This record gives sequence, C-alpha cells and structure tokens, in this order.
Amino acid sequence: MARSLSSGFRVWHPDAMDFVAIRMLTGDRGKYLGLIFAIALSSFLIAQQSSIFAGLMNRTRSQILDVGEADLWVMDRATQYVDEVFPLRDDALYLVRGVEGVKWAVPLFKGQAVARTMDGRFRSLIVMGIDDASLTGAPRKLVLGSIESLREPDAAIIDLAGYHFLFPGQPPRLGELLEMNDHRVRITGICDAAPPFTSAPVLFTRYSQAVNYIGRQRTEMSFVLVKRHPNVGEADLARRISEATGLRAVSRNDFGWMTILYYIRNTGIPINFGLTVLVALIVGTVVAGQTFYIFTLENLKQFGALKAIGASNPRIVRMILLQAALAGSIGYSIGMGLAAAFFEISSRQEALRRMFMPWQTMAGAGGLVLVIVCVSSLISIRTVVKLEPAVVFRG
Amino acid sequence: MSNAVNARGVSKWFGDGETRVHALRGLNLEIRLGELTMLMGPSGCGKTTLVSVIAGLLDASEGEIEVLGERTAEMPANQQIAFRRRNVGFVFQQFNLLPALTAAENAAVPLFVAGSRQRDGVAEAEALLGELGMANRAHALPRELSGGQQQRVAIARALIHNPRLVVCDEPTSALDAESGHAVMALLTRVAVREDRAVIVVTHDSRVVEFADSIARMEDGHIVEVQRRHS
Repeated sequence: MARSLSSGFRVWHPDAMDFVAIRMLTGDRGKYLGLIFAIALSSFLIAQQSSIFAGLMNRTRSQILDVGEADLWVMDRATQYVDEVFPLRDDALYLVRGVEGVKWAVPLFKGQAVARTMDGRFRSLIVMGIDDASLTGAPRKLVLGSIESLREPDAAIIDLAGYHFLFPGQPPRLGELLEMNDHRVRITGICDAAPPFTSAPVLFTRYSQAVNYIGRQRTEMSFVLVKRHPNVGEADLARRISEATGLRAVSRNDFGWMTILYYIRNTGIPINFGLTVLVALIVGTVVAGQTFYIFTLENLKQFGALKAIGASNPRIVRMILLQAALAGSIGYSIGMGLAAAFFEISSRQEALRRMFMPWQTMAGAGGLVLVIVCVSSLISIRTVVKLEPAVVFRG
Repeated sequence: MSNAVNARGVSKWFGDGETRVHALRGLNLEIRLGELTMLMGPSGCGKTTLVSVIAGLLDASEGEIEVLGERTAEMPANQQIAFRRRNVGFVFQQFNLLPALTAAENAAVPLFVAGSRQRDGVAEAEALLGELGMANRAHALPRELSGGQQQRVAIARALIHNPRLVVCDEPTSALDAESGHAVMALLTRVAVREDRAVIVVTHDSRVVEFADSIARMEDGHIVEVQRRHS
C-alpha cells in the first residue's frame, strides 16, 4: 500500500503481501543463496575490474600529478602523452617566459635510464630532471630526507617503491649508491610518489644531472612548466603561449586526460577490462535470471493460487520485483563489501598500491545490478502475469 | 436470493476451428445457498471448467451466469478480482499452501490479499485453526504437516475471509480414506451454513454421503441433479 505525503511523494509502505513475497524467496534457501551469490559475484567483478582499470589509467598520469606547482605544461605539438616526448629546443624556455601572464616557467626533463646498484642489481627507471634553481617539480611527500638535499652533488630522491625494488629487504635509509651511465648517484631522499603505470622506480634529480644520466642529446628539454599570474585564466594563458611559441600548452588536468585517453585509444587495456566487465554482467544476468525463473516456475501453482484468491497482477508484479530487489540489494552489498575488502588487503601489494574503489565504480556497478535485477525478473513477471489462475485446478 | 449460482445455457470452448474443444455445452445449473453441492462425473467431462467459470477464473464463451446475484462475466476484470477476493474461497486438490509460510500465515493469506495487517491476519487465522483442531500446529510449516492437516489449513484459508461461496476441487483425492472422510466432515460442519454455498468437485464416491445435492456431468452437460432435501 502506498500513501501520499503532502509534498506529493508516494512512499512505499511494506504490507503483509510484501512479507509473503520475502518469505517465499527466503524460504527456498538454495535458490535464494544461489541468486545472491550470482549477483554478489557479478557486482564484485564489475566493481573490482572497473576500479583496477580506473586505477591503472590514473597511474598513466602519475608523473603529471606529482608535479603540483605548475598550472600549465608546455610541450612540442607532436607530444601526445607524458611517456613519449619530443624534446624542446633550449630557447623554448625563454620564449615561454616572455609571454605576458607567465609568473614563472621552468624546464622539466623526463626520460628513462638504467640504474645499477653496487651489488649488481639493475633496473630501468624513470628519471625526472627538475629545475636546478627552484627545484620546482620535486616530490612533495618525503619519507626520508629533504628536497633541499637535491642541491648536493650527485643527489637524487627515489620513490619508496623504487627503493624497495632496488634494495629489497632493506629498511629505507639514505646514502645508498647507484650507477647510471657511468655516473654516481647518491640517494639523499626517499619519497612517496604516485605509483607509475609501468611500476618502474621514479628518480628525481636536478635537470643538469638528469641529462647526464640519460646521455646528452642535441635537444633534451621535455617540458616547460608554467605558473600563471592570478589575474590570467589558464585557458587564456595556454592560448597565448601557443600563439607566441608555436608549442602546445595544456593545463595539468588536461594533460593528464590526454595521457589517459592515449592509453585508452592505443592499447588493449580498456578492451580487456571491458570484456571482463561485460562477461561478469552477462553471466550475472543469466545465472540470476535462470535461478529466478526456476524459482518462479516451481512456485507457479502458488502464484496461481494467489491469483485465484484475488491477488491482482500489479500486486503480484510488485511481489516479484520486491523479491528481485531484495536479492539484488543483498547481492550488491556483499559484492561491494568483497571489493572493498579486496582493495583493503591488496593495497599492501606494490602492484596494486593506492588502488581503490571510487564511488563512480560503485554507482556503475549498482546501475548494472539494477539491469541484472530488471532483466532477470522480467521473464518471471511475464510468466506469472500470463498465468491463468484456473491452472491451480489442473491437478 | 436462495441460489448462490444460476447458470443458463453456459458454454465454454477453447481454441478455434478444427482444434476447438467444447468443455461446456449449453449447461444449466442452480446451486443453492445453505447446501453442499457435489459436481461429479468422469474425467474430462467439464467439472473443473465449470467451477472455474463459476469462480470467475474463466469467462464463459456463451450463456449467462449469476454468482451471488451478480453477473460476474459482465464486470470489468479488476471488479471480478475484487468480487472473488471478497466472496469466494478455494480449497485445491494439491492444497497449494505456500511452503515458506506457517499454517497460520497460509490460512491468513486471503486477509493479506485484502489488505489486512500481518499481525491481525495471523491472529485471526490462529483462532480459526483452533476451531478446526489445529491450534497446536498453527506455527508449523506445511512440510511438517500431514496431508489431512494441510487440507485443514487450506479449509481455514478458504473460510477466513467469510466468503459466501466456497469452491473445493477434489479436496480428498490426495488423502487416504480416513483423512478424506475427516476433511469432508469438517467441511460440512464449518463451511456449510445458511448464507453460504459449498461446491465440491469430486469423483470420489466415498464422500457422496456428505452432499446435500449432487449434479452429475457428462460431456459438458448436467445430466442429472439429485437433491437430498427437495
């Protein structure tokens, strides 16, 4: 029975027939648990896979996120994402600095190099060369050491995960040595950087040192980082810089999305995850639908008896929808609980560090569970609505 | 009104053309209030179809039928359902109790359907089950009850909302002779009263003694009506 409130909302109040519906469902324990399990597993897979996908895609812009001070990133027009950069000429920095509205502009280098520890262990790592003078672009969260230590000779700050890769089993400590391109590197700081997409260690050092670790090229500068004057809009300044220099200027946020979209468009990652989500959806719908349909068939005589006694079709439809909604809600809750537990446990693994379940994937999983519930109950509803109550007389 | 049901020239067929099956053929029948009327006949003679039409579960293809003074076939569907909800009780051959509900909850279902609160409906059902000798089994599930006990619950369900017409389809066929006899005795004792008619569809000759009136059917017709009291 529904009751109208003065505001015009119709509120659902459970009645005795709703109690009958719930008891019919929970009384058949096998079907009930099967239904919940199917929905729980489906919603778990949907949420977990979507969240891991989102987390992986977010990692593609980790180096962009780590540089918090700059409003704009300036790059060659050919550069599409942060991991593959066409270097800029040295005078690009001065051209950018000359644009009105630029508060400051500093160079940033990004490249890859191989580092070797003193005991022979080696690893390819990401090298971030930050401005020598201002140290703009240095990591903000330090576990050990200080940003100022980068001014020391051969100094570098490494991310904590990278430290553990290179020095497994060792507690974090400063002073460890690496060799890169015949250059000595001394760890003067350990930071908590955003996990990169490739899980390679991330090394922060001064620009002048970074280019030595990679090996000098004719052009080396990857990006120019720009801070705008407060009275200039981001988009406006980006346009001015592009017009003045012929380079591409994008906001930090936009560059992050450019990188994410590049990986989405040019790798099989979204297809792989998308297929898993689709399979989870289909399997969840089929199993839930089949279980629910069998449950309805086994109770067809009872539904017929209810119709004979005087339960209307809308009343019976409400019963079936309530049963489906109850199973869906419980299954979804269990699925989300499992997914949350998964991320809680797996966050201690380096491969899934800082992965979490954003509310958007929970909402998306909820929406898909609603689809599962609606589709699986539709067939049952159709069967019961078309049922002739006289069928109860056919022994 | 002394007749619960007046059927005149009632026909019912299924299908069309060559596949048409005539279940009822111009049938005439009166069922009186205050009586237990048995509908008897061989399998396939149309007994179940006739009670389905009387109860409003099927529409007649032809003819007139009045139930409790109302031409139910002329009512819109939702009115038919409401009429049935108020005025008709059912006892089914296979009991058709909801396996997840207790005996009292099963008996209370017609009250639930009519909008009664769960607590009130169950209380009323417990009282009625007490009158039917089931007071100590009111909270048992159907699977914990014997066939005879389940049929008592079904009878309680058929009577709880005080209907004026009770339709029983083969109420004893799933029971042994002793249980069947007990069920019919109960039905006669509690269901039959002045303002109510009870229709029992059966081919069980062992229970004929309980009938006030016997209507014999063959091939969709009423061929004979015998009344105990003329």
